[in-house]
Amino acid sequence: MSTPTTPPAPSRRTHRVDQLILAVARNVGIPVLAMAVFLGLWSLAARNIQVSFGSLPGPAAVATEFNNLWQEHRAEDAKEKAFYVRQAERKTAYLASHPAGEWKERKYAGRPTFFKQIVTSLETVFTGFFIASLIAVPLGIVCGLSKSLNLAFNPFIQLFKPVSPLAWLPIVMILVSALYNPPEPMFEKAFLSSALTVALCSLWPTLINTAVGVASIDQDYLNVARVLRLGWFAKVWKIVLPASLPHIFTGLRLSLSVGWMVLIAAEMLAQNPGLGKFVWDMFQNGSSQTLAQIMVAVFAIGLIGFALDRAMLSLQRAVSFGATTR
Amino acid sequence: MPPLTPVIELRDAARGFGAGAARSEVLSGLNLDLHEGEFLAIVGFSGSGKTTLINLLAGLLAPDHGTLKLDGRPMPEAGPDRALVFQNYSLLPWLTVYGNIALAVDRVFPQWTAAQRRAHVERYIAMVNLTPARDKRPRQLSGGMRQRVAVARALAMEPRVLLLDEPLGALDALTRATLQDEISRIWQENKKTVVLITNDPDEAILLADRVIPLSPGPRATFGPAFAIDIPRPRDRLALNHDAHFKRMRKDILDWLMSSSGRKSAHTAGRTLRLPALVPENLDHVTWVDRAFPRRRSASTTSTPTP
Repeated sequence: MSTPTTPPAPSRRTHRVDQLILAVARNVGIPVLAMAVFLGLWSLAARNIQVSFGSLPGPAAVATEFNNLWQEHRAEDAKEKAFYVRQAERKTAYLASHPAGEWKERKYAGRPTFFKQIVTSLETVFTGFFIASLIAVPLGIVCGLSKSLNLAFNPFIQLFKPVSPLAWLPIVMILVSALYNPPEPMFEKAFLSSALTVALCSLWPTLINTAVGVASIDQDYLNVARVLRLGWFAKVWKIVLPASLPHIFTGLRLSLSVGWMVLIAAEMLAQNPGLGKFVWDMFQNGSSQTLAQIMVAVFAIGLIGFALDRAMLSLQRAVSFGATTR
Repeated sequence: MPPLTPVIELRDAARGFGAGAARSEVLSGLNLDLHEGEFLAIVGFSGSGKTTLINLLAGLLAPDHGTLKLDGRPMPEAGPDRALVFQNYSLLPWLTVYGNIALAVDRVFPQWTAAQRRAHVERYIAMVNLTPARDKRPRQLSGGMRQRVAVARALAMEPRVLLLDEPLGALDALTRATLQDEISRIWQENKKTVVLITNDPDEAILLADRVIPLSPGPRATFGPAFAIDIPRPRDRLALNHDAHFKRMRKDILDWLMSSSGRKSAHTAGRTLRLPALVPENLDHVTWVDRAFPRRRSASTTSTPTP
């Protein structure tokens, strides 16, 4: 057609740029706007709601409280360092005057700060998650390989999967007290109970996903194993495990997020010095800062959970043999 | 010359799947003598039980009745002496080209030193011209390259019998021709016993010493064997004009068509009543995308606002 029209190329390009700007504005603008609305409503609520110990803290109060907790951590950290420096000085002085004497090292007995409690929580959740994986992955593999074992385990999986951590915890605590009494304990009982509760509640997604992944392996891969006459362990190690890694990691990712959720409840009740205990202690405190401190903890819990999930997601992508890069 | 024991021997073998009403007899009445060094091609339509047949020959499946023997003894469980090139390659996606072949070589030749095994793997990668792609994973390879890896993996096991299950079925015509020539060359170098399963009579005649058609399933069975006495090396271009080749292709196709005609004549015995369908008039239907025009179409056909 020879109908004269306006030159399309530049207008089309500007059109495309316009659309790009629009897309960016939408993808960034809407979340920012939503956050602003959230903060506004929160401040409004904070001004109007009175609780037993003062008013509901607003965003600014929570930010201040976060800063307070950080300063407290810095101060406590400095104190601890100073304590160990003093102890080292005393030790050299003591050993200089008593060459045959025996020096007993002391641990700093200060209160754990909020940030130390975050570290404790992470240690606990990873211990539990590790125990869960150690049970769930091998069990999932044998369940996936054998229909009979799968049928045998299925009722237990269905029965125990929906049980709340709050129901498991007393049982675990009683069992830990009864069974874990070494003369020199390596772990605190509270830590062990929390970690085991996390393990009990978080092993199900990994177990189920591993079993499904193994059961759905391409028959061709198993035929390769048969033609090569691989033994049972070689078959599992070289064919079954790598072939079901994407499924296993999907399960692990779900397990870790379940574990992180369970952990806070477990720590609250077991008094493991982590974020759960922090929330509980602040609640019992009932000071004017209580709510602000708990809110700081809520945001910390959310952010850490999000970061853990992202980390697991990238691991999950790394084991999918480039399925997404195709 | 005394009659040699065939490498693989099938006597009145049958195989089906399922039980009760869902039972389907896939193969029945199979008789076959596969001789040492022979290149046998089995031609059949898709769905005629070709893959079941090759699984029988590999020992991945056992026949329901009849006998199946390897070197005169009952067929043992599948093993590397009957290397199988699967229809869909079945390369392990988490291993590289080298890794896939090395997995087989390490397993089949555990008595060799690591250096010997490595050299062996490299030799077979070179044989199928994949040395530049040695460290790539299957997903990074084209279909033809994946197929060559699968062939190299099978050959590297140095099997007694090489079983090819429609190895070139999923490839484009050009790659298929190249790989046919490659398989032909490799066979002439090694003189292995080969069974090729294919749906392409031309491919069967081009490559094999003997072609056996397989009737369509259920109860698929072998037709008469066609000995292919065209001298090697065979030139695919010249073959297309070769009267002998054309006649053989026609015979094989005729047999396949007549056997499938028998089946369809058999199934056409009952009358099917089809429901009376009238196409719906869609002009008066309100489509969702018409009711809610897309943003883009709205912006391109912008109407001037008064």
